[in-house]
Amino acid sequence: MIINHPLLGPRDSEEFVYLGSTDLINRPTNWEEEASAEDFYQYQYIRENIAGDHQELWYHEQGDQSWLVVTRNTLTHEIKKVELAQDVSRAMGRGK
Amino acid sequence: MSKTKYSAFKVLKEALTGHKGWEPTWRDAEPKADGYDVVIVGGGGHGLATAYYLAKNHGITNIAVLEKGWIGSGNVGRNTTIIRSNYLLPGNEPFYELSMQLWENLEQDLNYNAMVSQRGIMNLIHSDAQRDAFIRRGNAMLFADAGCEFIEAKEVKERYPFLDMDNPRFPIKAALAQPRGGTVRHDAVAWGYARGASDLGVDIIQNCEVTGFNIENGKCLGVKTNKGDIKAGRVGVCVAGSSGRVMAKAGIKLPIESHVLQAFVTEGLKPVMDNVITFGAGHFYCSQSDKGGLVFGGDIDGYNTYAQRGNLPVVEDVCSGGMAIMPSIGRARLLRMWGGIMDMSMDGSPFIDNTEVEELFFNGGWCYGGFKATPASGYCYAHLLATSHSHEVASAYKLDRFRRGAIIDEKGVGAQPNLH
Repeated sequence: MIINHPLLGPRDSEEFVYLGSTDLINRPTNWEEEASAEDFYQYQYIRENIAGDHQELWYHEQGDQSWLVVTRNTLTHEIKKVELAQDVSRAMGRGK
Repeated sequence: MSKTKYSAFKVLKEALTGHKGWEPTWRDAEPKADGYDVVIVGGGGHGLATAYYLAKNHGITNIAVLEKGWIGSGNVGRNTTIIRSNYLLPGNEPFYELSMQLWENLEQDLNYNAMVSQRGIMNLIHSDAQRDAFIRRGNAMLFADAGCEFIEAKEVKERYPFLDMDNPRFPIKAALAQPRGGTVRHDAVAWGYARGASDLGVDIIQNCEVTGFNIENGKCLGVKTNKGDIKAGRVGVCVAGSSGRVMAKAGIKLPIESHVLQAFVTEGLKPVMDNVITFGAGHFYCSQSDKGGLVFGGDIDGYNTYAQRGNLPVVEDVCSGGMAIMPSIGRARLLRMWGGIMDMSMDGSPFIDNTEVEELFFNGGWCYGGFKATPASGYCYAHLLATSHSHEVASAYKLDRFRRGAIIDEKGVGAQPNLH
């Protein structure tokens, strides 16, 4: 698979490390509350496991060490969109 | 219904009478209008084994096995055929040892030649730390009566002269073997269980895809399929590889990601390897098929996918693992390679459990170790479906174990499914 890095252009996926769904960006922030155990359980262990367009986190370990959000079809491996994770995260209203 | 007993006498008789007395191995069925006591979704090894043990051990014969393609067309037809029970943790080892014992009696039990070959499996050791870890594992195996053998480097070299003992980076220091491990003809496992189940009255329904579940007030009353609705007293889903897609139809999210694992076979070669050998410093496992091809595999590709094909970086990684222990493999030409979809769970261990929906049960999350588990998975799932209680050796395989912190993480890598 070729990932079209927004800053560096097309790069082989071998240069990247895969983490998982972009849901992992939304780490619960309510850790001081009693109810947070359930939120952390859902965050850490439960997956949508989408068959189709999947937004996922790739880390460019052998490149500029940026985190990317790649929209990729899990049935065909077609990559439809590549964004910097910090842009996606800010758009979600998170600090960075 | 086929009740033919296979024997040498039968083969001889048919040979002399023009092979006119053979019948279909199992009966192809269509759904019954008044439904079933148990509907099993998934006609792979695990699903067919579940149906067989439900009928044989628990006397429940009003069963349908629904398969969206043809039986055995999923992972039971796409694996590297290895069986072993060399696990470490108490939640796993007794389960896999039960599976090994069932393998040992499978052919007599089913009256079907599944070519169970206990040729032994040998895990290579490359460092002092690994030696300690494998001695610990060996002791865990001895506690479970799985048996093991510790082999020093000198003897490894004598037995398998083609191994690169003095590889500068990963020298072979010793090996832990399980002489009872080996290989099985994988397709024959599906066919044998199908025949056994069919003979006991189970309906095997092919080309029947489950498109939804009929759930009312939190209770599952049956399934919707492309062949119409089928009523069921109890539904057992058993579709590892497609678990996410099927369980989503019941509104259930799982602690599972779907990943692709590739496997490979070389051209036919003269006999070189009479057992199963695994590399300890990378991920590579290899055996030689009866046709002579070296059958091998390694790591999963590492990204979520439902496509039954992988990418080249992992092909290179697997082959370099092979080259590190047996450089002669570099001279063999690759004949075929293929991919299968794995239910990668959050701790590398499977699930055999009920769900939040009444009368709906789940079996999955086998990562890439589902084939060896086939008999015990069916045996324990049948026990759960018949009695509503987990079988003793599968009692750790609960869906809520992450919530309770009772994970069974053989590899110790945490909730990172692509690393298990």
